[in-house]
Amino acid sequence: MKFTDIVSPFLAWSRAAKKADTIPYPKKSNPGSDRYRGFHRNDLDKCIGCGRCEEICQNLAISMVEVKDSQPIKGDSGLRPSVDYGRCCWCALCVDVCSTGSLSLSNSYSWPTDNADACAFIPGSDEKAWDDSKKGYCQDNSILQWAGSPRVEMPVAEPDERIKSFEEVVRGYSPEQAAAEAGRCIQCGLCVTACPANMHIPEYLRAIANGDYSHAVKLFFDNNPLPEMCGKVCTRECESVCAMGYQGEAIAIRWLKRFACEWFESLSDVLAVDEKPLEPNGRRVAIVGTGPAGLSAAYYLTRMGFETHVFEKDGEGGGVAQSAIPEYRLPSGGYEKQMDVFRKAGVKFHYNAEVCCDDILKISDDYDAVFIAAGLQRSSEFTIPGVDLQGVEHAFYFLMNHPEDGSIEAGRRVLVVGGGNVAIDTARSCKRLGAEVVISYRRRIEDMPADDEEIQEAVEEGIDLRPQNIPIRIEETDSGLLYIYAEALMIDDPAGGRPKPVRKDDIEHGIEVDKVFLAIGQSSDLSFLPDEISDNLNIKWGRIQVDEHQYTGVKNIYAGGDITPGAGDVITAIADGMRAAKAIAESCRTE
Amino acid sequence: MNGSTDPLKTTPLFFGPQHPGVTGNMSVEMWFDGDEITRAITHVGYLHRGFEKLMERRLWIQNFPLVCRICVPESDINEECYALAVEKLDGIEVPERARWIRTLVLELARLGVNLMSFGGQAGTIGLGTGAMWGITFRDFVLDLFEELSGGRIYHVYVQPGGVRRDLPEGFKKSVLSVLDKIGERLPELDRLTLNNAVFKQRTVGVGIVKPEWIDEMGLVGPVARGSGSRRDVRKDAPYEAYGELDFEVVTEDGCDIYSRALVRRREIDLSMNLIRQILDLMPGGPIAVPLPNLTEWRIPPGEIYTRVESSRGEYGYYVVSDGSLRPRRIHVRGPSYVHAVTLLERMLVGANIADVSNIMVSLTTCPPEIERSR
Repeated sequence: MKFTDIVSPFLAWSRAAKKADTIPYPKKSNPGSDRYRGFHRNDLDKCIGCGRCEEICQNLAISMVEVKDSQPIKGDSGLRPSVDYGRCCWCALCVDVCSTGSLSLSNSYSWPTDNADACAFIPGSDEKAWDDSKKGYCQDNSILQWAGSPRVEMPVAEPDERIKSFEEVVRGYSPEQAAAEAGRCIQCGLCVTACPANMHIPEYLRAIANGDYSHAVKLFFDNNPLPEMCGKVCTRECESVCAMGYQGEAIAIRWLKRFACEWFESLSDVLAVDEKPLEPNGRRVAIVGTGPAGLSAAYYLTRMGFETHVFEKDGEGGGVAQSAIPEYRLPSGGYEKQMDVFRKAGVKFHYNAEVCCDDILKISDDYDAVFIAAGLQRSSEFTIPGVDLQGVEHAFYFLMNHPEDGSIEAGRRVLVVGGGNVAIDTARSCKRLGAEVVISYRRRIEDMPADDEEIQEAVEEGIDLRPQNIPIRIEETDSGLLYIYAEALMIDDPAGGRPKPVRKDDIEHGIEVDKVFLAIGQSSDLSFLPDEISDNLNIKWGRIQVDEHQYTGVKNIYAGGDITPGAGDVITAIADGMRAAKAIAESCRTE
Repeated sequence: MNGSTDPLKTTPLFFGPQHPGVTGNMSVEMWFDGDEITRAITHVGYLHRGFEKLMERRLWIQNFPLVCRICVPESDINEECYALAVEKLDGIEVPERARWIRTLVLELARLGVNLMSFGGQAGTIGLGTGAMWGITFRDFVLDLFEELSGGRIYHVYVQPGGVRRDLPEGFKKSVLSVLDKIGERLPELDRLTLNNAVFKQRTVGVGIVKPEWIDEMGLVGPVARGSGSRRDVRKDAPYEAYGELDFEVVTEDGCDIYSRALVRRREIDLSMNLIRQILDLMPGGPIAVPLPNLTEWRIPPGEIYTRVESSRGEYGYYVVSDGSLRPRRIHVRGPSYVHAVTLLERMLVGANIADVSNIMVSLTTCPPEIERSR
């Protein structure tokens, strides 16, 4: 013990003359730091109600609840997180996993209230003082990638390799790749709301991630009897709303469906394990057309005990989807695998059986119900001078005639007019037949109705995409055809529609080609309907109008697929067929 | 009289769990003769939290905001142990910069907790100013944590795969200014504690931890280092960036409370030194590796023990995975079990009743460590 030990503690008094470290609240307050994890904020317009925050919350502090002014729509559950601050531990996991990045934490930590119930509220909906503050803990997905990650790349053939043949471009996932990709699913189920057929997407992705492929296939067939086709050419509305797509890349739902179907030699064997159709109920249904809509209706009706007869004017089924989509996207190898399912299910096919006016009347008397799914049979007419010239053809008929077998001469220099999938398919098919291809489209590339992936692959394959070209006329020259066009400017539509192309100037440009393919849409051919029926049908723009049960309003006649208004894709047709099957079964039950 | 609980000769006393001198939610049942304790039994069971069981019911990522709550003053060691275990089981490589940031965080946390417990030692003998100042200095460190992680106490910052956010803009400057401020004022605190006659009277020669007990009971940290041991996980089995830092293990051989306080005081200087080194050597690069889908994240089957040096000594996690979405079993090994049960019960025999809290605080007992799952 030293003398200084007795004195030195007293020196602490010197602190009394200095500034205190304590903050004299409320005279002075201490705001949270820029990263402070305080009360939640939620941008309700950005939020899609995927429930990821609720899922990750380890304290069960978050519950998804209905809020005013927010309705469930495609890709948005309409629900929003409500946070119970009696449970919240401010860990901000909810912020880091928020798929859209709508959720953040403010730097406010103090909120006195005498109402204990007010401690649970809906951020963004129940107004709070910190809603507009910019400070606090916000998401940064760039490194963690908890809110969205890149997808497992699908192996595809190299562009210069693939233009040499009609072999399928996509090579397919390996089981490891499929498991990794399917494992990215956060099971929010928003995709189900966007899928026209409401397929059990989260469930089958989980089955694929767990390696249970047969379970996945069974789940496909619950509401889609053509998964093989959809796994290759689906328009995948599911992926467009995928919660993982906001800050990362949408899950490759289509490719995973393809993977599970490709895994099995026979799909009917997988289904046969524990699926037995109902006993025959003695009722008969006639279906016109073997496209996706017809096949779908036939499958589900047969499974419900109906005797189902399908009439097809051609020698094979599958409709336009099977015939017109080129081999490199939808190889015909999968066709038999699919038809095998329908045959084993008991669907009765009548090929080369074109249904004409008299047949329809007879059929509607003989059968308990008729489902018309004849599709679009005609290519739309195009009215510019020169479309009648030799060498100007309709792209749709070109595709229907199986260009892959080499029987058709594509020409050396080809020009395709249009921006839809038919245009791109034609262009890419011609490229594979050795032609130099130009696509001429009136609007911008982003306005093209064709699938983005198709457009990108076309460009990779060396197809010359020329947007904002207004076709004027086609002339004949010594060496072939001269396609004359004018450049276009895009003018915003005051009514809010998509921008319209108008001629930029009077200058005319020309491209010398050997062949011009017109791909400006298809139309229906309803000539097979007798007046007795067509007079009673509600037909607009060449499409048969139906109610939500695919019912036409004429006794026992239902319609679906491309012949009715809709998106005009495979999955919509499948959904139409399934809805019609349910409605027919229901009406027969109540009769 | 040692060991006696004879009701005719001794007085029983239940000390805690509400007594301000107890280090937390625990109590000591004592019998004493006059002022001298004849027998002491540690009682726990006041913290019905069951962390280890809770962890078995949470996803791997959901445990990361949970583990920090096991230790309030030094949450980061739990995050670090848990992250190390998950990374080793899942084969995750942590980026270089993340390793250095983690080391920084661990040292900042050690600095904060040592400031508090060093000041707290004075508090137990009635020198309240020292306790307050210690807490004040720690608050400066908490300001840094708030700036870095968004939380003052529970940082939820060290995550499997790296750290959650990069250092904020100007963080180095903030850290250095806090170190300067604390460094400048520490001599004032020393005058109240180490150079204080009252403090010395109450601590020198009191609460002896015999060097032979270190191996016998498995004592670690400042408790062991105050009795001449050189045991320190940072040196013995370097983790993160400790192997690349230049430092000597702090050790004293007085074996009493004063020695242990001195070890903590020197640890404060060491931490400040290490933090300056880390800030100078901090490499660039990414701060985390992407993890798989958090709600589908399965860790390959296996078991692992990971350990770090906490402010109280070696701190470890034993983690078992059965390949599922959740841990099969996690056991947290904190030093307080031996310090506050085996050692404390032995040390209190023969001690003066007025020194109970003094001794308890010198062991920096953390009751949750004793009864976490029990």
